[in-house]
Amino acid sequence: MTQASPSLDIDAELARRILTDFLRTEIGRTGFSRGVIAVSGGLDSALACFLAAEALGKEQVLALRLPYRTSTPDSLEDAETVIRATGVRSVTLPITDAADALLREVPESDLIRRGNILARLRMIVAYDQSADFGGLVIGTGNKTEVLLGYTTLFGDSASALNPLGDLYKTQVRQLARHIGVPETILAKAPSAGLWPGQTDEGELGFTYAEVDRLLFLLVDERLTPDECVAAGFERSFVDRVLERIRRNQYKRMQPPIAKLSNRTVGYDFLYSRDWGT
Amino acid sequence: MSTFVAALAQINTKLGDVPANLDKHLALAAEARTRGADLIVFPELSLTGYMLQDLAPSVALRPTPQDDTLRRLLEASRALDLVVGFVERDEAHRLYISSAYLSRGDIVHIHRKLYLPTYGLFQDGRFFGVGTTARAFPTRFGRMGLLICEDFWHVSPPYVLWLDGAEILLCASASPGRGMQGEAGLESARWVESVGQAYARLFSVFVAQTNRVGLEDGLTFWGGASLHAPDGRCLAQAPYFEEALTLAEIDLSEVSRLRTRLPLLRDERPDLILRELDRLRQAGGS
Repeated sequence: MTQASPSLDIDAELARRILTDFLRTEIGRTGFSRGVIAVSGGLDSALACFLAAEALGKEQVLALRLPYRTSTPDSLEDAETVIRATGVRSVTLPITDAADALLREVPESDLIRRGNILARLRMIVAYDQSADFGGLVIGTGNKTEVLLGYTTLFGDSASALNPLGDLYKTQVRQLARHIGVPETILAKAPSAGLWPGQTDEGELGFTYAEVDRLLFLLVDERLTPDECVAAGFERSFVDRVLERIRRNQYKRMQPPIAKLSNRTVGYDFLYSRDWGT
Repeated sequence: MSTFVAALAQINTKLGDVPANLDKHLALAAEARTRGADLIVFPELSLTGYMLQDLAPSVALRPTPQDDTLRRLLEASRALDLVVGFVERDEAHRLYISSAYLSRGDIVHIHRKLYLPTYGLFQDGRFFGVGTTARAFPTRFGRMGLLICEDFWHVSPPYVLWLDGAEILLCASASPGRGMQGEAGLESARWVESVGQAYARLFSVFVAQTNRVGLEDGLTFWGGASLHAPDGRCLAQAPYFEEALTLAEIDLSEVSRLRTRLPLLRDERPDLILRELDRLRQAGGS
C-alpha cells in the first residue's frame, strides 16, 4: 500500500540551481535583466526574493513593501529582514489611500471582496513599479496555492514568471531553509495578511503538512480518491480538496476563447513563449 | 579504423532560429576537429530547438545537398563526421523529427524519430509524423545505429539495431528534467543514464547519448551527455545543465573482444522472437 506519509523532500541544491537558471534565462530572453517582487514578510516571497537576488544580482532586484493600514508591524519588519539579508533594492508604497478610496465606494463589501481588492491593488503597484524599474514581476505562488486556488485571480497570482509554482508549501519551506531564509520567517504561521488575524491554515481548515501529502498522492502519484482514503486520509477531507482543485481550474487557465475560425489562439495557434529566443 | 574520437556536443539552442543554431554547429564542429574529434554528435532538433509546436513547418528543411543549411553542414563533414538534429519535410510535405549522419560531404543516413511521445508534457505526436524504419548503417568507423530520445526508452529500436549489426548506438535527446522527489538528482537523468548503461551491456555496443541544455519556457534540459563502453563502463560523462563539448575515444576492438567472450548476439534467436510476436499479433494482443 502507498504510504500515507510520502516524503516530499526534494534535492534542494538542484532545485536552487534550476530555479535560479530559470529566473536568469527566462527574464533575459524577454530582453530584461531585472525583477520586481512584492515582499510581504511571508515565506513564499522571501524565498522568491532570495532566488532572484542570487539569479540576477541584488542590484537587479526591487523588493516592494506594499502595506495596508491593517498590515501588522511584524510583517513589515519581516519584509525588511528579507531585504536586508538579500541586499536587494527596495521601496515602500502603502496602498492604504488607494484601497480606502475604493472601499468607501463599496462599503457593503465582505472580507473576501476587500481582501481581493488589496491583492489586486498590490498587483497594480507591482506592475507599475516594474515599468519604472525595467524588470519583470516575479510570482510567488506555490503549488499548494495554485492547486487549491488559494489565490486572488489577477492579484497575487499575476506575474511574468513564477519560480515557485511546482513546489508544495512544505517544499518551499525546505528550500527556504536550505537557501538561508531567516528563522523568524521560517517559524511564523503562513498568512495572506488580507485581514487581521487571518492565517492560511485557519482559513483553509487544514494544515499545509496534511494537504501537501494528500495533493502529492492525488496529483503527482495519481492515486484515486479511494486509494487516498485507504492510505489513511479521511474521505471528507479528500472530497473537499478534490472539489477545491476542480472548482479552481479556471484560475489556472487563460480565459477560454470561443472558437469561430480555423485558427484560434489557444487551440491551434500554438507557440512557446520563448519563440525566436 | 578501430579507434576514433567522438565528441558529444551538449548545446543550448535558439527556439526556431536555424541560422543562429547553424552557426553554433559549425563553430563547435571546428572546435571538435581542432581537439582531435572524428565525429561530433548534436542533440535532438539541434538546429531548431525542441518545443516548436506551430513553428515546425517554418523551420523544416528538405535534406538534399541543395538546401543551404544542409550544404554548409555537408561542407563541415569533410573535416569530421556530424550527427545533426532537424525538422525534416518529405516530398509530400509531411514533417518528421530527424537526425542525419553526415560524412565526407555526403548524407550517410537519416533517422526519423519512431516514437513520438504525447504523454505528460510531450506533444511530438501532434506536430510530427512517425518514422517507419530502424536501420543500422555503415560509417567509416564502424556500423552504427541512430536513435532519437523516446526511441531509446523503448527496448525494441536498440534491439533491432543490435541485430542489424550496430556496434555503436548514438542517441540524440532533448530531455526535459523532471522528477525530484526522493533520491538526489533528477529522475529523468537517472533513467536515461541507467538505460544507456544497460543497453551497452545487453547489446555489447558503445552507447553515446547527447542531450541538450538550456530552457524553453519552464522546461530545463539537463545535459549530462555520456558514453558507455560495451561492458558498461562509463567512458565520458558531461556536466549537467551547462553547454559542453565532451570528447572520448572509442576502441571498436572492445566490441569484438567482448562479443567473443560473451556471444549474446551470436546466440540471440530473432526467429523465436518473430514467432512469438506473430502469435501475439494474431491473438490481437499487440
